[in-house]
Amino acid sequence: MANERPKADVVIVGLGWAGSVMAEELTRAGLNVVAIERGKWRDTSTDFPPAVDPDELKWHTRRQMLAAPSRETYTFRNRSSQTAAPTREWSAFQFGENVGGAGTHWAGMSWRFSPWDFEVATRTEDRYGRARLDALRAEGLLLQDWGITYDDLAEDYDRFERIAGTSGIAGNLNGEIRPGGNPFEGPRSRDYPTPPLKDSYWMARYRDTTTRMGYHPFTIPAGNLGQAYVNPLGVSMGPCTYCGFCDFHGCGNYSKSSPQACILPVLMRRPNFTVLTETQALNAVKSEDGKTVTGVRYVGSDGQGEGFQPADIVIFTAYQMDNVRLMLLSRIGEQYDPSTMQGTIGRNYNYQTCSSVTGYFDGAKMNPFISAGAMAVQIDDLNGDNFDHADLDFIGGAGMMSVQTQGRPIALANTLRPGTSRWGSGWKEGFSKSYNEAATLFNQGTSMSTRDAYLSLDPTYEDRFGQPLLRITFDWNRNDKAMMRHITDKAQAIMQEAGADAMTTDLQTENSWNPYTQLSSHTIGGLVMGADPTTSALNPYCQSWDCHNVFSVGANCFPNNAGYNPTVTIGALAIRAAKAIHSTYVNNPGPLVEA
Amino acid sequence: MANWKKIGAGAGAIAAVAAIGAGTWAYETLETSRSDVADDNVTLATFEANPEAAERGEYVMRMGDCAACHTRGQGEMAGGYEIETPFGKLVSSNITPDTETGIGKMTERDFFNALRQGIGQHGLLYPAMPYTAYAKLTDADMHDLWAYMSTVEPVQNDIDENAGMPFPFNIRLAMAGWDMLFFKNEGFDGDPVADRGRYIVDGAGHCSACHSPRNILGAEQGSAYLHGANVDGWHAPDITSNAAMGVGGTSAEDLARYLGTGTDGVAVASGPMAEAVQHSLQYLTVDDRLAMANYLLSVEDSGAERTAPAKIADSAELAYEVNCSACHGLNGEGIVNAVPAFKGNNALLADPSSLIHVMLNGARAPYTEGARTAAGMPSFAWKMDDAQIASVLDYVRNSWGNQAAAIAPAKVGRMRETLGASQPISALPE
Amino acid sequence: MNRREALFSIGAAAAGAGIAGRASAAELRGVPAATAQTADHMPGPIVRGGDFKVFTDQTDHATLKAVFDRLIPSDDHGPSASEAGVLDFLDAQLAGPYGDGAAYYLEGPLQPGHEEEVMGQKQFLETPRQRYAKGLKALEQYAQDNDGASFAALSPDRIDEILTGMEAGRIDLPGGVFGQAFFELMLQNAREGYLSDPIYGGNRDFAGWTMIGFPGARYDYRAYVDRHNEDLALAPVSLIPSN
Repeated sequence: MANERPKADVVIVGLGWAGSVMAEELTRAGLNVVAIERGKWRDTSTDFPPAVDPDELKWHTRRQMLAAPSRETYTFRNRSSQTAAPTREWSAFQFGENVGGAGTHWAGMSWRFSPWDFEVATRTEDRYGRARLDALRAEGLLLQDWGITYDDLAEDYDRFERIAGTSGIAGNLNGEIRPGGNPFEGPRSRDYPTPPLKDSYWMARYRDTTTRMGYHPFTIPAGNLGQAYVNPLGVSMGPCTYCGFCDFHGCGNYSKSSPQACILPVLMRRPNFTVLTETQALNAVKSEDGKTVTGVRYVGSDGQGEGFQPADIVIFTAYQMDNVRLMLLSRIGEQYDPSTMQGTIGRNYNYQTCSSVTGYFDGAKMNPFISAGAMAVQIDDLNGDNFDHADLDFIGGAGMMSVQTQGRPIALANTLRPGTSRWGSGWKEGFSKSYNEAATLFNQGTSMSTRDAYLSLDPTYEDRFGQPLLRITFDWNRNDKAMMRHITDKAQAIMQEAGADAMTTDLQTENSWNPYTQLSSHTIGGLVMGADPTTSALNPYCQSWDCHNVFSVGANCFPNNAGYNPTVTIGALAIRAAKAIHSTYVNNPGPLVEA
Repeated sequence: MANWKKIGAGAGAIAAVAAIGAGTWAYETLETSRSDVADDNVTLATFEANPEAAERGEYVMRMGDCAACHTRGQGEMAGGYEIETPFGKLVSSNITPDTETGIGKMTERDFFNALRQGIGQHGLLYPAMPYTAYAKLTDADMHDLWAYMSTVEPVQNDIDENAGMPFPFNIRLAMAGWDMLFFKNEGFDGDPVADRGRYIVDGAGHCSACHSPRNILGAEQGSAYLHGANVDGWHAPDITSNAAMGVGGTSAEDLARYLGTGTDGVAVASGPMAEAVQHSLQYLTVDDRLAMANYLLSVEDSGAERTAPAKIADSAELAYEVNCSACHGLNGEGIVNAVPAFKGNNALLADPSSLIHVMLNGARAPYTEGARTAAGMPSFAWKMDDAQIASVLDYVRNSWGNQAAAIAPAKVGRMRETLGASQPISALPE
Repeated sequence: MNRREALFSIGAAAAGAGIAGRASAAELRGVPAATAQTADHMPGPIVRGGDFKVFTDQTDHATLKAVFDRLIPSDDHGPSASEAGVLDFLDAQLAGPYGDGAAYYLEGPLQPGHEEEVMGQKQFLETPRQRYAKGLKALEQYAQDNDGASFAALSPDRIDEILTGMEAGRIDLPGGVFGQAFFELMLQNAREGYLSDPIYGGNRDFAGWTMIGFPGARYDYRAYVDRHNEDLALAPVSLIPSN
């Protein structure tokens, strides 16, 4: 093939969080790793120092650091009976396009999933009976376990948190419930690497209110560091300065967990690591017997044309959607078909069920500009299975957080008391108050995949290389809508109790899902892990059931989504997969789990 | 120093001296009996090194930081580093054992002559090669270094070191004149074991090459030994035992930590020192770094005193809070191992060239085993004008117990020009 | 830069630039040594009050000003959009990549009604610059057709009436311009100009930021985070402060 590069032990497609932690594990184990990254090299002092970072228009409104829809987008429809349309403008999803990937522009919310989230099927049956599980499945929910438990992942969670310098306060230390932390979390072996962020006025008020109401508030775990820190790789990080320019922005002072701040300084200097920047992976190439792949086809930057990177192991860590798309473009495995329920690639697509309730407090000074991407107090009393669902018509729940995450004026210009004009003197009067008087309770809920929600290649629309775009077929399911109605009622009650003088609610589940008006960027599943190859594309080590030298890590691995942000679970799965590769797979290449 | 117009004039005069011919002075500087201990038969290309000697020699190579000039992306020790001088372009030589383009034909004696006396195989070496310091290397270290050099992979890379030098500077013999004036053809005058720190500082480490000021002809001033000096837009600070401006207030352990990691928890190396730490000093043993530190703490106090403080502009505190404090701290505390603190950082207080330099062009901390962030200082050239840079530096140099003279915006302007830094994007014209 | 170079030379910048590796542009090993600000991540301030590049037609310009100054009128909370430089802002934005629709996926086929149904909003193959060109002409035509006058000559109340109708989806404009979609585009851009850093042309004298109490391009609030429910009265700061 034209422009064939020297063979590598491992080729990694996408150098974001998952790719970086895997490359770090694998190169430390002595493997020769080449990463293919479609974006440019970006570094703290040269690309997003404090001198350029606090600029809402450039980074948030125009999303300068993200992959533009013109470079990659997806098509969407609610049902298989519809023709999908391409998402033409910026939407809910945030594709990264730089070394560091979305790990550079994420907000920093640094959750572990709860033990329940990994075993929704088993635990639902255990607590509510087989009939309840069967009924949920009968209405179309694809409830299935992940093939691993929280305990299986605990050590890797810990490793990722240490690399990231996560701030927070432990609520469950080796089974002992600790004051101030999240009493519902899975047990952790030690406290967070750095102390929690401080409370804002809104967070303190929410903490008081929810305590009064019998809930259990705690400061959320954050990739915004509570103090200066040196991680296990020997890289120093700074303390968060509450600058308020976090998600969509890089971090200018080494205080937000990111590949740049945590891993790349060490990884880049390893002699057995190379990254091809501005290089777009097209697909993996299968060997003649179809049981393995031989490497990755790519298009080089600036007209360097097509090339091939041979490797013994191919890892897709390119973002949830891209991982699914790469599998389909590489013809690995079988496309899921909702009418027959056959095939696993594209199956179990799910999302993040959300709502927000904003309160307006007359005369308050919330000072929203003093904020951090993961600055919030949350209650988990109504998350996951932390409350009894016996008499409720849904499973799952939501984390309910008092967010103090940004004060960007353009983004907040629609945060207005009910009845306020969106323009004219009415808007000026209203916004001049609500900017500082508004406070939001964000409800981030679980999402169950269904028979009808899936990913496939679009038959009509193509990217700039002539390859078909990914097509999403998705709409809210009854269970998740019922869950979010329940949660939103509770949220409104809390906001009332907190003393809000007025309130607005954004409950997207009451409308058909579309890409433009959503509250979350978390696109999940489609290439999920599991113990059963008929219902999962990947085994519990994120290894393809179909081609044993292909691994994929991303939110695509999750058969269902938790009421939490996905990053830390992705990071932990990446570490787990990398450890399995260098400790077991390289010595004896083949399936790590027998089907 | 580093005023090359002056040095240029001086070197021209030396060339004239050289043209007159060699006199008795040449006997002293070019006398090579010190090299009698070296073999003059076996060439580097054919030498078979004792592995232990080669390993010790690698350590000598690290102390001397040979790779800094001789490894520049054209192969290990294969030379090719272009040095622009006002006299023309010098290129670092290929010192691999390649017989055609490297130093494979040299004998050990040739090698000793070159390294300790600047007498190369194509004539006298330019003092870009710090043979004035390497002269102090012991015979044992030289033997080991020779052994190490024989293990380097031969690389064919033909380099004409002074092809870019016009007449008369391309006459290598001109350097004889410089040698006559400034080169001491003597070995180390102490016990290299008992005086280990001084042996490294003055010998292979060649610290004074940057940290001592030079005279008009580019020779170090012995009377101002390690008092600090300016080197091409950087200020190599006072590293004598002076407590006000030098390293006198530092413990030997902290100083040794700085040498090994680029930071003592307060200062962080940048510019040329970052390179010295990254490529050379971090490879030294803890004992050797401690010996260097202890020696530096014993060097006679420079007597330097802090100048009267500058008046801080009203706008400077906000400028610091907006531009600097996120990394350098609200109280000038920095980020340990990554970003320099300003509080208690003496290196800020003397000549501000390094501060202006990093404000204009940005900088990077060294990457070392002990400090693996290698954090970057962003360039502010595009954002701040000369007065704004001077003003915020005045703030930094006169806060948290610091005290230093005001910086003239014109100095920032001159450095902006010299360094080729960009002009500020002007604020909106109305 | 290397110490040796520092000692003996001196075209530091030139020699430094030559150190870049020989690998192809895409292959990266080690951390690039560059310390300068990457060009495409540098702010691009505009010259306010210069010649307009996009709104060169007097009528278009007047129509836009008339709309923007009703979207953000002058009142007790600050100057109008045009007084705050928002027209300068938008002209510069439309003259650049935003106006080109560089970020948008503009491949066909467009399925107009269907795309709106599925996506919850109208989608376009036209760039923002093209939409303004068409939309402003359509507004003028609408005024001529319905009021027999130029749009810019309409009374504030009448303009508000038209804008209200567009916002509510009751008024579409001649030439197939969807009133609601064009209204939303203009409202978004007017707010962007009024609330973004003054270097981009709008928010003159921090009009927008002062209105809401946003302190601008600051990066460290550690000194203030514990001061709850307090008016901190922090002066707004621009990315590139003027003296």
